[in-house]
Amino acid sequence: MDKLTRVVRWIDYRLPFFSFIDHELREYPTPKNLNYWWNFGSLAGITLVVMIVSGIFLAMHYEPNTKSAFDSVEYIMRNVNYGWLMRYLHANGATMFFIVVYIHMFRGLYYGSYKAPRELLWMLGVIILLLMMATAFMGYVLPWGQMSYWGATVITNLFSVFPFGESIVQWLWGGFSVDNPTLNRFFALHYLFPFLIVGVIVLHLVALHQHGSNNPLGIERKEPRDSIPFHPYYTVKDLFGLGIFGFVWAYFVFFNPNFFGEPDNYIPANPLVTPPHIVPEWYFLPFYAILRSIPNKLFGVIAMFGAVFILFFIPWLDTSKVRSATFRPIYKWVFWGFVVDCFILGCVGAHSPDYIYTNLGGLSNQTLGQLTTFLYFLFFLLVLPILGIYEKIKSLPKSLSEPVLQHKSHDKLKSLFILFFLGNVSPVYGTDSLPLPRESWSFQGPFGTYDRTALQHGFQIYQQVCAACHGLKHVRFRDLAALGYNAEEIKAIAAEYKVDVIDDEGQTVQKPALAIDVLSGPYKNEQAARAANNGALPPDLSLITKARVGGPDYIYALLTGYETTPPKEVQIAEGMHYNPYFPGGQIAMTPPLSEGIVTYGDGSQPSLNQMAKDVVTFLAWAAEPELEERKKVGYNVLIYFIVFTILLYFLMKKIWTKVK
Amino acid sequence: MTKTELNQPSSKKRQPTRRDFLLLTASAVGTLGVGYFAWPFIDSMNPAADILAQSTVDVDLSLIPAGQAITVIWRGKPIFVRHRTPKEIKAAEQVPLSELIDPETDQERVKKGHDEWLIVIGICTHLGCIPTGNKPTQDRGKYGGWACPCHGSLYDTSGRVRRGPAPANLGIPPYVFLNPTHIRLGVNEVSHG
Ligand code: FES
Repeated sequence: MDKLTRVVRWIDYRLPFFSFIDHELREYPTPKNLNYWWNFGSLAGITLVVMIVSGIFLAMHYEPNTKSAFDSVEYIMRNVNYGWLMRYLHANGATMFFIVVYIHMFRGLYYGSYKAPRELLWMLGVIILLLMMATAFMGYVLPWGQMSYWGATVITNLFSVFPFGESIVQWLWGGFSVDNPTLNRFFALHYLFPFLIVGVIVLHLVALHQHGSNNPLGIERKEPRDSIPFHPYYTVKDLFGLGIFGFVWAYFVFFNPNFFGEPDNYIPANPLVTPPHIVPEWYFLPFYAILRSIPNKLFGVIAMFGAVFILFFIPWLDTSKVRSATFRPIYKWVFWGFVVDCFILGCVGAHSPDYIYTNLGGLSNQTLGQLTTFLYFLFFLLVLPILGIYEKIKSLPKSLSEPVLQHKSHDKLKSLFILFFLGNVSPVYGTDSLPLPRESWSFQGPFGTYDRTALQHGFQIYQQVCAACHGLKHVRFRDLAALGYNAEEIKAIAAEYKVDVIDDEGQTVQKPALAIDVLSGPYKNEQAARAANNGALPPDLSLITKARVGGPDYIYALLTGYETTPPKEVQIAEGMHYNPYFPGGQIAMTPPLSEGIVTYGDGSQPSLNQMAKDVVTFLAWAAEPELEERKKVGYNVLIYFIVFTILLYFLMKKIWTKVK
Repeated sequence: MTKTELNQPSSKKRQPTRRDFLLLTASAVGTLGVGYFAWPFIDSMNPAADILAQSTVDVDLSLIPAGQAITVIWRGKPIFVRHRTPKEIKAAEQVPLSELIDPETDQERVKKGHDEWLIVIGICTHLGCIPTGNKPTQDRGKYGGWACPCHGSLYDTSGRVRRGPAPANLGIPPYVFLNPTHIRLGVNEVSHG
């Protein structure tokens, strides 16, 4: 016996840590027939760990104060080393977490994993879901953008329907509206809740290990040969699944990081203006749709909460003695119908209530929402209880080792068909505004990089035109190095700007800006800006291409889309200009670009379209300075996951050859 | 006894299989991945880009009369910039090295040709208090430099410790003379680029 074993024995005799690990993670007997749907439990666990780690590191830089929260998030994106990676990992991680957990739950629903003796296991899972929802909601508030603010306002106001609702809501807010105290407590709780989730997961796992996993056949294991040890069979399978999952997650983080986000959340919170189209994050959409489809406030809220809480009762609502849908010919179809219903509810939640589906015969979104809400509750309250009693079930196999005759390929085809269907109905954010002309940008696509000449020309236009009214307060002069300027040139550019500095006598004096200063706007404050602009506020441009639906295409369309003679039916107010791409058609900004307004360094005078293109390229860079590095790192990560997955695939095949 | 003796291959030799190879490669790739995954998080705790950028400060010396000093903040630390009088320079130069706790000549502590400028980090090398003496109204101690209020360390006109408990002289920050009246803290040479 070598030294190490002796130390391990010594510890284990006093604290059975090693035998616990050995027992619960290595030899833990597991059904041998688990399919890939069983991967999602471990994926959820790993996602939680990544979320906690990235969250803790983000918290080291984030500032939970209404004055600085939004800016601190941008600070993380632009200045903290790999801050953009941590933030996008965390933001997309929430989405990944919900995808994984929803699949995990649908799997439980299909294979009857909640049936005796696993009722508590299921209910603990529902508690985890509730905690996740609360955590995700509070996390979404932290960046303090428009969606954060108005999401927080709407969700907290839900509680006003309860008795003493007014006091409850004020208690939640710590004031008379969503404000600094709210943000502070949300931050504290957003930090706490994941650890509560860890606690409930421990209970979830204890309950799981009490009777072991359910399996696709839904019958209990009878003989020893029905089981295999968890390690190495399921460790390798889980790792293989992790490879694929990591690839998908990384794709979004590095190549499409704002896919699940809302442009409005790149506009700082404004308690006086609600965005025209507010939607929650996609994972809340079905519940949001249920809330809206009921025309009464109280009952809407009850229905929405009911839609979640009903999950607790599934073990008793489902009366069937058989677990797996494989042997329930009718339930199988009902189940997929329910999945589709949930997806449609999601689409309903994404569109405004007045939205009309022209391709569905003029069906209104409100009607569709009511229908699908009805079906949602019908599934739980009527179909599950009754079907269990009257459904004729197929004969069950004697044991897991008895091969079951079933047409696997048929099943796969069916799932494929359903996935295809879901793909087609998946939410498309319909906008009623003018379709944007699609430009081709140097930085678009997975290989795109910023065209340096366009950046420099764009910056010139920004300086000579835009900077008269707008600022770029998240961009520092030194960041202009990315445009190809060297230190001396940057110093010279900065010196043309003036910053207020307090001198030794306490007087404010103007000094030339330094490379570390930001490109602030021309106005001292909002009032001054409005006064100079006919009441309109020229927005800061740092994030403009990220903060508008359509991104660069929209800004380009806006800059080039002015029309001198508005159509007859449009009344243009005094001092306004007609631009069909601006919401409402009337914009306070005078057409900023015109031919001959700038001369480039090579002596050429660019066309209007060329100027718009250059300045939009520059603004896109200002909004996403990390884009090039992000894609570069992204390629390495994607290649890594491909190699990892292939290796694990072969290792898994090798290890599993022995299992008959 | 050498290492190879200890690691004799066991008597029952097993042919390495394809599975062993796969397992090894997969573990190596996995470990590598975890390592690379950890790096961004570790690196995120390093000074952020803007903090690094702020780590040089330019100081205008022309406003400091002889015999006086100013305090500038560099990387969050007080830096004492002192315009020494000829008398103070002489005093600093004449101290025999054998009398010093942390022997260093005055010439080693200033830039060549700029003897009148003493630039030190204003943090006591004992336990981090800020010594007094930078303002004319403050006590400079009997060696005419600085006096630490916390545990009584005394420094001379070269910023060298003359009485403990501090073990070492006041530190010298990296700096360069941009021209006779301007210094830049935080760099050892000016880059021309
Ligand atoms: S800290 Fe200065 S003497 Fe102790």
